[in-house]
Amino acid sequence: MTGWIDLLFVLVLVIDLFVLASSRLRAGIRAVALQGGVLAFMPLALAGAATDTRHALTLAVGALVVKALGIPWLLARATRESTVSRELAPLVGFVPTLVAGALGIALAIWLGSDLPLPFPGTHPLLVPTSMGTVWAGLLLIVTRRKAVGQVLGFLVLENGVFVLGLLLSDFMPAMVEVGVLLDLFAAVFVMGLVMFDIQRAFSSLDTEKLSSLRD
Amino acid sequence: MLLLLAAPLALAALAFAMPAARWRPRVLLLGAVAHAAAVGWAWATRPAPVLDGWLGLDAAGLLVLALVSALFLVCAVYAQGYLERRRDRPNRAFVGGLLVLLAATSAVAMAQHLGLLWVAIEITTLSTAPLIYFNQNERSLEAAWKYLVVCSVGIAFALLGTFLLALASTGPGGPRSLLLSDLLAAGPSLVRPWVRFSFVFLLAGYGTKMGLAPFHAWKPDAYGEAPGLLGAILSGGVTSVALLALVRALQVCDAAGDGEFARQAFVALGLLSIGLAAVFLVRQRDFKRMLAYSSVEHMGILVLGLGVGGVATAGAFMHLVNNGLTKGALFLTAGNIHRAFGSKQVERVRGAAAVLPISGPVFLASFLAITGSPPFAPFFSEFAILTGAVQTGAFAAAAAYLLGLAVIFVGMGATVLGLVQGAPPAGMERPAMGDSVLSAGPPLALLAVVLLLGLWVPPPLRALYDQAAALAGGR
Repeated sequence: MTGWIDLLFVLVLVIDLFVLASSRLRAGIRAVALQGGVLAFMPLALAGAATDTRHALTLAVGALVVKALGIPWLLARATRESTVSRELAPLVGFVPTLVAGALGIALAIWLGSDLPLPFPGTHPLLVPTSMGTVWAGLLLIVTRRKAVGQVLGFLVLENGVFVLGLLLSDFMPAMVEVGVLLDLFAAVFVMGLVMFDIQRAFSSLDTEKLSSLRD
Repeated sequence: MLLLLAAPLALAALAFAMPAARWRPRVLLLGAVAHAAAVGWAWATRPAPVLDGWLGLDAAGLLVLALVSALFLVCAVYAQGYLERRRDRPNRAFVGGLLVLLAATSAVAMAQHLGLLWVAIEITTLSTAPLIYFNQNERSLEAAWKYLVVCSVGIAFALLGTFLLALASTGPGGPRSLLLSDLLAAGPSLVRPWVRFSFVFLLAGYGTKMGLAPFHAWKPDAYGEAPGLLGAILSGGVTSVALLALVRALQVCDAAGDGEFARQAFVALGLLSIGLAAVFLVRQRDFKRMLAYSSVEHMGILVLGLGVGGVATAGAFMHLVNNGLTKGALFLTAGNIHRAFGSKQVERVRGAAAVLPISGPVFLASFLAITGSPPFAPFFSEFAILTGAVQTGAFAAAAAYLLGLAVIFVGMGATVLGLVQGAPPAGMERPAMGDSVLSAGPPLALLAVVLLLGLWVPPPLRALYDQAAALAGGR
């Protein structure tokens, strides 16, 4: 049983590295969708005796609909309708970001074992997975040049925050978590809208052209 | 109290729904007046918390709420003339967005639950991005995109910090809650390393929203490209609610016995912001970006005041109000100058005092006020922060603070005097977009209040400063 849950956490981390290394936009979007799907399983996989089953189920379905289906679909549509090349041109090469991502994850696992959680019975990989995923998302946002690449990074970052939120689902009101999912959706939605306008104004989704404002 | 949220939201829905662009600015004004009236009522009656204690007004929240409401009212009056002049632009999203922003900032000011606080701050970010894009050109698009990306990351960090704080509250005997009152009452039973871990993320997250260095990357662009009206609301209102979020984090750290760590972080980021603003302010060629760096500076002064503690804490709350009102006058007049000259480049603007007989001098006087010249109010709050630093023995911080203020005074002064004085360029004596009652009156009124608050602080307001300072562990 625990081996099975270990596998889920490892899968989330592997997807982080895959997105960091992938140069194809479509592959990146699919990987992030898969990560969302894996995350949707977690509330159920981690459910203990004390967990409110209905709450865990709502969270799982919510995550599945928003993270694994809705947002990837929106992003895929946005890229299909635009004429951008399908490459995710990075500002920093793939290998250095991949190495930085792997180092960050290793650091997260090492530090995560040093900082004990205030309550027992949590999975030892949960905090490291969350921190490693946040770090990977941040790297993606900083190193990708295309607007879509940055949105992907933001999604990975939010996934990392979601993993940490799983720790709290037993005693935090559901409202806060629904708020989290909704906000994520809203953020990307607005980002998507702005993206369409960037494309209209510059006929490209390249944020490097957005560089007339500087000191 | 719920009226403070419901009224702007209902009017925002009305503004989005109504077909006639001409009447939309009136809806904005109605929202601002209703909101100000509700705030006046809340000040007088101090309503009890509602919704199981999730919404409530303490001294710090009330202070921020009153500042936001006052600033918004002035800006709503200004918007009547502004939107009339900018008939060419669709104003549906602008008016609706401003009203949503008003509701969201009020929610932050009243939030007593850190999860709710986070949701409200997220909404301020989402509703501001389309407002920055009001001019719908490439430059404003770039500014809006940067704002969205940088602030979204900041908001994600703030959420992480909030989760970590929730974890800190789950130790033995912990409250297992994010209600501020529960966290403060639980105090020492919060798990210390997790509180510290959480504070780091909250500081980075809300610091981004506030525009503290080194998280200020969005600020010059957003303030430079947004209409002056929005600059006034952002630099006076939205940054103030982000500061309030940091005050909440400080309160929790104090209760957990880790306030010293938080204060040191505040002093460090405060001095960094002042120093960095000084570097970028000097010889800045764009006067709206100059104001943005001035905002970075004053955010630094605010957290510095909270960081050194003692009388500086009350000074910081005082400066919150003084800075907000002065920034309002500066951004509104800067907008007027920008429109009259059709440029915000320093080389193209000369003799603003001759072209705009009210906005020009008000801009100059507001510059004197914001850089800490007596008898304007910011002098007294900046002096209180200096006094606090000296009294608590933070001599190095006090010296760095004074040096930063001096450099900024000289740097900004050279630019502002060049703009305001001299003979205007040929053909600019009678500009198409000159001063009118609606464009020059609001900043003049703000400046008058700033002067009045320098000469005399009404006792209820002074009491509020002291009560807010007591919340944040100062005197």
